[in-house]
Amino acid sequence: MAKLKSTLPNMLLSLTVICISAGAILSGVSMYTSGPIAAAKAATLQRAISQVTPEFDNNPTAEAYKSVTSDGDSLLIYPAKKGDETVGVAVESNTKNGFSGEIKIIVGFAPDGTLINYSVLEHAETPGLGSKMEEWFRTEKNRQNVIGRSLADGNLSVSKDGGDVDAITASTITSRAFLDAVNRAYSAYKGTDAHTGATGSY
Amino acid sequence: MSNIKILVNGIIKENPVFVLLLGMCPTLGTTSSAINGMGMGLATAFVLICSNMAISSIKSLIPDQVRIPAYIVVIATFVTVVQMCMEAFIPSLYASLGLFIPLIVVNCIVLGRAEAFAAKNKIFPSAADGLGIGLGFTLALTLLGAARELFGTGKLFGLTLFPEEFGSLIFVLAPGAFIALGYLIAIVDKLRKA
Repeated sequence: MAKLKSTLPNMLLSLTVICISAGAILSGVSMYTSGPIAAAKAATLQRAISQVTPEFDNNPTAEAYKSVTSDGDSLLIYPAKKGDETVGVAVESNTKNGFSGEIKIIVGFAPDGTLINYSVLEHAETPGLGSKMEEWFRTEKNRQNVIGRSLADGNLSVSKDGGDVDAITASTITSRAFLDAVNRAYSAYKGTDAHTGATGSY
Repeated sequence: MSNIKILVNGIIKENPVFVLLLGMCPTLGTTSSAINGMGMGLATAFVLICSNMAISSIKSLIPDQVRIPAYIVVIATFVTVVQMCMEAFIPSLYASLGLFIPLIVVNCIVLGRAEAFAAKNKIFPSAADGLGIGLGFTLALTLLGAARELFGTGKLFGLTLFPEEFGSLIFVLAPGAFIALGYLIAIVDKLRKA
């Protein structure tokens, strides 16, 4: 077949046909993959929630609600319930104070404000330095470990700022940012208690 | 040139990274570990094969003056397909490659092969060329990723070979990508001439 000449109608027609078929293919693939994409996202979130809260039998993602932090931002809270009793909450928190970009974490609190566990969802910190935060703050060494500490006694901060948490070696900025995210999560959680009085014992 | 020859040509003689020095941005950006490099390479290879085949089969329907926008639309379609499938079925790899997947659209290797090969050849040689160049790219990225992962963290495909303390952090960071790539190009060049 001879090549089409570059006349205006030919060019218009050719590009239009290509764009329409591209659109058709993409909408087909999108319909096919939108289900699995949503399922994969939900599964990741569900895994993160069950990692940071005690055993629960409700659906925390369905009961999620937004709560306001002390600095006016709002965070998503996933309540974990067993029967009717709230056994803990998972708070999806973030901070913009990181060394490079936003850090997103999920933190689990017991009703009395004890930090149960945490998980880093997303970060762009320096590999090998700041990226150690996933392991560092759960390692039982000196004053690194934050798991099991109660935030009801006050915010966490690194020892350089007068706190009692050892910062990651050579990554004080990341450590500060991480603790900032934890503190914000707690203030959002506490904020909801003040409003609803659900588990209020403060 | 037979299809086998075209295929080998893309892997060794015209390896896009080590010989043609094309597509340096994803090469340096995504190879912080062997598995990331391999994922990026395979995604690009898929796009190369599909876009080469599609473009060579519709080349007579595309007027010369609008060929570049037409090629870009075809390539972008396949890239979006890869992106959606990866997000749906391998979310962990998608999370670590992130922004670099949509950037395959503007990868000069893909457009370069469309323009230089697929637009002039029949469908089967074009597929062989896409496969060869794609495998060459995958091989180069996996090698570079493996070298950086090994010297940076002491691991290979996530398997610890020696403790992390003996690794040199610089290889995981951007400067290490340049250093490792430079040495790899030198080694491959030496082997190719031998």
